[in-house]
Amino acid sequence: MFSELTIKIAGEAGQGMQTVGLNLCRLFKCIGFYVFANQDYMSRVRGGNNFFQLRIANKPLYALRKNSDIIVALDEPSVGMHKPTLNKDGIIIIDRKKNNIAQESPFVDIPMHEIAKNLGNEIFVNSVAYGAIGSIVGAEIDCMIEIIQKNFSAKNADVIAKNIEAVKAGYMFAKDNIKEERLKIKQNKNKKTMLLNGNEAIALAAVRSGCKFYSAYPMTPSTSIMNEMAAYSGQFNIIVEQAEDEIAAVNMAIGASFAGARSMTATSGGGFCLMVEGVSLSAMTETPVVIVDAQRPAPATGFPTRTEQADLLFVLQAGHGEFAKAIFSPGTAEETFYITMRAFNLAEKYQIPVFIMTDQYLADSYRNIDMFNWDTVKVERSIIPKELSKKISGYKRYEFNENGISPRAIPSWINGVVYADSDEHTEEGHITEDASIRIKMVEKRMHKKMRGLMEEAIKPNTFNIEKAQIVLIGFGSTYGVLREICEVYPDKFGFIHFPQVWPLPADSVVKFLREKNNVFTVENNATAQLAKLIRLQTGIHIEKSILKFDGRPFDLDYLVEQLKNA
Amino acid sequence: MKLIKIYRTNKFQQISRSKFQSISDLKVVSMNINDFKSNDPITWCPGCGDFGILNAVKKAFVKLGKESKDILLVSGIGQAAKLPHYIRCNCFNGLHGRALPVAVGAKMVNHNLTVVVTTGDGDCYGEGGNHFIHNIRRNVDITVIVLNNQIYGLTKGQASPTTDPGYVTNVQTQGVMAEPFYPLSAAIALGCGFVARGYSAEIEHLSWLITEGIIHKGFSLIDVLQPCVSFNKKNTYEWYSKRVYKLNDDVSYDLQNKPVAYQKAAEWGDRIPIGIIYKKQKPSYEEKTGIISRLPVMEEDIENINIDGLLSNFI
Repeated sequence: MFSELTIKIAGEAGQGMQTVGLNLCRLFKCIGFYVFANQDYMSRVRGGNNFFQLRIANKPLYALRKNSDIIVALDEPSVGMHKPTLNKDGIIIIDRKKNNIAQESPFVDIPMHEIAKNLGNEIFVNSVAYGAIGSIVGAEIDCMIEIIQKNFSAKNADVIAKNIEAVKAGYMFAKDNIKEERLKIKQNKNKKTMLLNGNEAIALAAVRSGCKFYSAYPMTPSTSIMNEMAAYSGQFNIIVEQAEDEIAAVNMAIGASFAGARSMTATSGGGFCLMVEGVSLSAMTETPVVIVDAQRPAPATGFPTRTEQADLLFVLQAGHGEFAKAIFSPGTAEETFYITMRAFNLAEKYQIPVFIMTDQYLADSYRNIDMFNWDTVKVERSIIPKELSKKISGYKRYEFNENGISPRAIPSWINGVVYADSDEHTEEGHITEDASIRIKMVEKRMHKKMRGLMEEAIKPNTFNIEKAQIVLIGFGSTYGVLREICEVYPDKFGFIHFPQVWPLPADSVVKFLREKNNVFTVENNATAQLAKLIRLQTGIHIEKSILKFDGRPFDLDYLVEQLKNA
Repeated sequence: MKLIKIYRTNKFQQISRSKFQSISDLKVVSMNINDFKSNDPITWCPGCGDFGILNAVKKAFVKLGKESKDILLVSGIGQAAKLPHYIRCNCFNGLHGRALPVAVGAKMVNHNLTVVVTTGDGDCYGEGGNHFIHNIRRNVDITVIVLNNQIYGLTKGQASPTTDPGYVTNVQTQGVMAEPFYPLSAAIALGCGFVARGYSAEIEHLSWLITEGIIHKGFSLIDVLQPCVSFNKKNTYEWYSKRVYKLNDDVSYDLQNKPVAYQKAAEWGDRIPIGIIYKKQKPSYEEKTGIISRLPVMEEDIENINIDGLLSNFI
């Protein structure tokens, strides 16, 4: 019996590793386990080497491990690539007919391709693999079939039947031929959880938040948000438009928002570069918009399908001139959900661009999480309601007031008209070059709004910081690995994680940071951008950082190794 | 041929209005030109061609009987883009080149708005060229009035995409060498359902074109010849007035004949046609997507959207 298990399914693009992997996630979730899974894929549709990795345990998981207990190599190169990361006592499932491997242990031969071919098509090989793994870990066949039926329900009956045959065949073959007891699991109590990744969390939250307009240009790793939004558009009456470029995407979203619909766009760094003028348009016209930057390694095209956290200072500075904005950096899928809802509320309240920074790792990683708690965040509207609108006369879109937020009227709802302008403007919204108005407008857009935003910024999560010998600081997707290392070594490590990086709510930890010496930032970038931001805001120089910029996420073992001598 | 007769009999105002009333969901209100008067002081040069266009736009709105609260004018940057400030309507004066995406975004979420873009040759055909191409393809029901003075006015006299070849400027010191952009030909080629050219000195005619453009369901392009009195010393009032002729005065001109439309769109020299060059009704974005028959999405109550059904897919 194991306390945790990591399974890796590797092969070339197009062999269906994700299908097997996701079905296994669902299987383990169904039998009461916590899973954490990530896919590592190349920027190609066919060929290359991709893998799907899942980790299973009896407790909630937040990160990956370096090594695997079961590797399924669907092609020969996968063996060479992934064998070095096999745990002692682990197995590698291969199909000897497809490999020139004579060696016995750790290899386990399953004629996956022949079994699939006998069912009519090699395409069923991934269902054979799914069945075989299920048998090796001792899952019940009925449960495995149920999952196939549920998730393939859109396919035709024959395809479903053939896949079920393939699952059964793989299962039976493994049952008869592989007598490994040590990888068997014991079924747990089933707790109701949801399996979802960061991008799915964003789309669900957008629907819940009343996002009615989504425009974007496809760009990995943000694209699945658009796919999800499109899938929901009919049922929830959402307009989803594929824009001709990211400039159009952000401007369309701003136009829709001006007309009264909550709007969002998502992209990755390169696309966001094109949106930047739109960011300052949103700020100047005081039109809310929610922008997701699903980061990937840059500059330029970079690593399209891999992960990095190197856009932090770019997004912070994005948009010429000085204006208020908010930037969130959620660490988990559930936090991404709640923060996305908050982003819509905040964008509307302050009439500003609000950013959600994720990365490929968070966007594509799956976890099973508790059902959402609807008391955590609600939809809060901040526009002049329709009934009140009719009574308004002499409306000034940019009326000066104490908090810098002028009540926002929706065109056609009020009897008057709404002027919005990207030029510096009067309270009415007309172009002006008056110096005194300029000063008041800058104060309104920048200082007054920033004061409000700072007051309601989300404080950093802290864990064990007083007791720990070493405190680790992160933002965004590194939350998982920080949390796990602290759980494994509670005497040694504590962490501070920022789910909001702008305005940076550092007050609650400033005193601590000034006094503590053994502090590291942990970042998926090459220049310690979070450390720079903290220094910029607090004057505190955190000199030590663990930086990873190979395009791959942190795993627990890597971080432990890096901090071994700290 | 109906349109031509409408124009020739000079009764287009009434006929347009009766046509408009046949579109069931639009309400017609008796409007006066002063209802569209803005308090914002005009900053164009004296004699600028934009004044005529401003008048024509106002007249068209009066004819259409639309209330100012239900009209949205969107613009980018340039002298043309200031126009919405000079009319009392909703206005979004955005970024250079980016009027079209803002306009279609607004129209998609509230199809009850009458959305009109006032843009320039640099704004629409230069900086915003990609949006020009793809929004014609999208065919959202907006009307795009391009104040085409064949020069960059606000930045003081550089060549625009439509500047005549050979014209010398401070930047194009040996004269413009690039082939001009032919907006009408391009629009026809892209499948635009309403392609017209007006002239800023022909205010009644232009106002008729704008009215027809707004009535047309889909992307309507009205390219307007507009003298720049400060920086275009070639294409002056005199130059245009000598050349323009009203295409639709010829009752035999077939608005739906694409090959002929291409010929007329390319006619530039001693004679320059103004009027509706090409017109063909085709399903608009709103019709194709079905949003036209639904409540505009911006009207929806969003406070308690139930997503439990979606969540069950993840359990």
